[in-house]
Order: sequence, then structure tokens, then C-alpha cells
Amino acid sequence: MAQTGRPLSPHLGIYRWGVQMTTSILHRATGIALAVGTLVVLWGLLALAGGADSWATFKACAGSIIGTIVLIGWTWALSFHLCNGIRHLIQDAGKGYAIADFKRSSWLAIVFSVVLTVIIWAIVFSGGAA
Amino acid sequence: MSENLRHPLKRVRGLGSAKEGVAHWWTQRVTAAALIVLAIWFVSMLLTLLHADFATAHAMLVKPWNAVLMIAFTTTMFWHAVLGLQVVIEDYVHTRWLEVVTLVLIRFLAVLFALACALAVLRVALGG
Repeated sequence: MAQTGRPLSPHLGIYRWGVQMTTSILHRATGIALAVGTLVVLWGLLALAGGADSWATFKACAGSIIGTIVLIGWTWALSFHLCNGIRHLIQDAGKGYAIADFKRSSWLAIVFSVVLTVIIWAIVFSGGAA
Repeated sequence: MSENLRHPLKRVRGLGSAKEGVAHWWTQRVTAAALIVLAIWFVSMLLTLLHADFATAHAMLVKPWNAVLMIAFTTTMFWHAVLGLQVVIEDYVHTRWLEVVTLVLIRFLAVLFALACALAVLRVALGG
């Protein structure tokens, strides 16, 4: 946006907080985080193609304490972006725009993203699926 | 009433070209829809590979369907990421030259990374 000095419409500061503001900015934030996270996917695939040694290095980094914390964060970011993304697709179809529905679906996206993250890491810490 | 009966083309004529129109918006949605399926597949696959050794993980990706889905996932992932980052950059970077440079840079990087992912999967899948 060019800095023209013309009057601007009121910005965030004047509105009362609503959960839909949080899901809106989180969708962006998690999107950016996931864009960075693509590098981990790239790293993992290159490590697998590189052979047993590079794979072992990758696994050691991913399994370290810092690696685990990052992966848990990444899991939640993916879960939230997925849940809220589905919410956005439904809204793109023209559904769920009544204020009550809009707020309820925001909360649902948040709750489901946490539930999904907990389920995934429960599987991880309990020793793996299948 | 008469306004509604007018052909849409009549109204837009002379107002300039729509250029890409809704292409960015639509592609973002289509890649999002694909990623719902592909991301769930990807995470499920990772969960079955927990604590797996190199040979098991390697053998998993050698399977043709897994290799195809993996390339589909990584390609769509970088594509969707670029479309999203583009909007963020257009919204927040107000210096025009910096905006254009960043937009071009993320495209170069995304294509490079997507190709690297595809090559890595092919190397594993084709046993190179």
C-alpha cells in the first residue's frame, strides 16, 4: 500500500476482541510457520535419499529435545491450518457467515487442532502406530 | 430489473482487462483441497514409520504409490506455500522493489525445493 497520507479505515485497535480475530491471524501465522516447515520435509527426503548415515543424523536431530519441541509446534500448526482451512473452504462455499456460526466454527477449529495434536503425540509417545 | 438482464460482458467492457482474474484465489483453494488428503496421508505415513530404521523407511518410499503421493504432496505443498506467502508479502511489504524481489525469490526457492524433493523421492524409488 502506498503511503499517500489519505485517511484510513479504522484499524484493529478500536474493535472489541473476538475469537474470529485470533483464528484469522493464526491462519496466517501457522501458514508462515508451515512454509518454513517445508524445509524439514525437504531435509528428511534428502536425508533418506542420501543413505543410512544422513538418515541417522536427521533422525537424531528430529528426536532431540529441541527437534521434538519444533515437531510438536509444527504438528499443531499443521492441525490448525488444516482445521481452519476446511472452515475457510466451507465459508468460500457461502456457508457459515452468520455471526454465531462464524464464532462457533472459530472455536471448533481451535479445539479440533489441539485435539488432533494431542492424539498424534499420544501415538508418538506411546511407541508408534501399527 | 433491466440492469439484471444485461449481459455481464456489457458491464465490464471498457473497464480494462481482468488479467489473471480469480486464478490465484482458485489455485489456492484447489491446492488446499488436495493438501487436505495429501497432508493426512503424509502424517499417517510418518506415524507408521515411528522408530523405524533406515531400511524400513527406505522400503516404504520405494513403493510406487508412496513415491507418487510423496511427489504430489511436496509439489502441492510448495505451490500452496508460495501462493500464501505471496499474499502475506503483498500485504505487509510496502517497499515496491523489495516486494517484487521477495516475490520472485520465494518462487525460485519453492521451485528449487520442489524439484529437490522430487529428485530425492525418485532416487529412492528408482534405487539410484
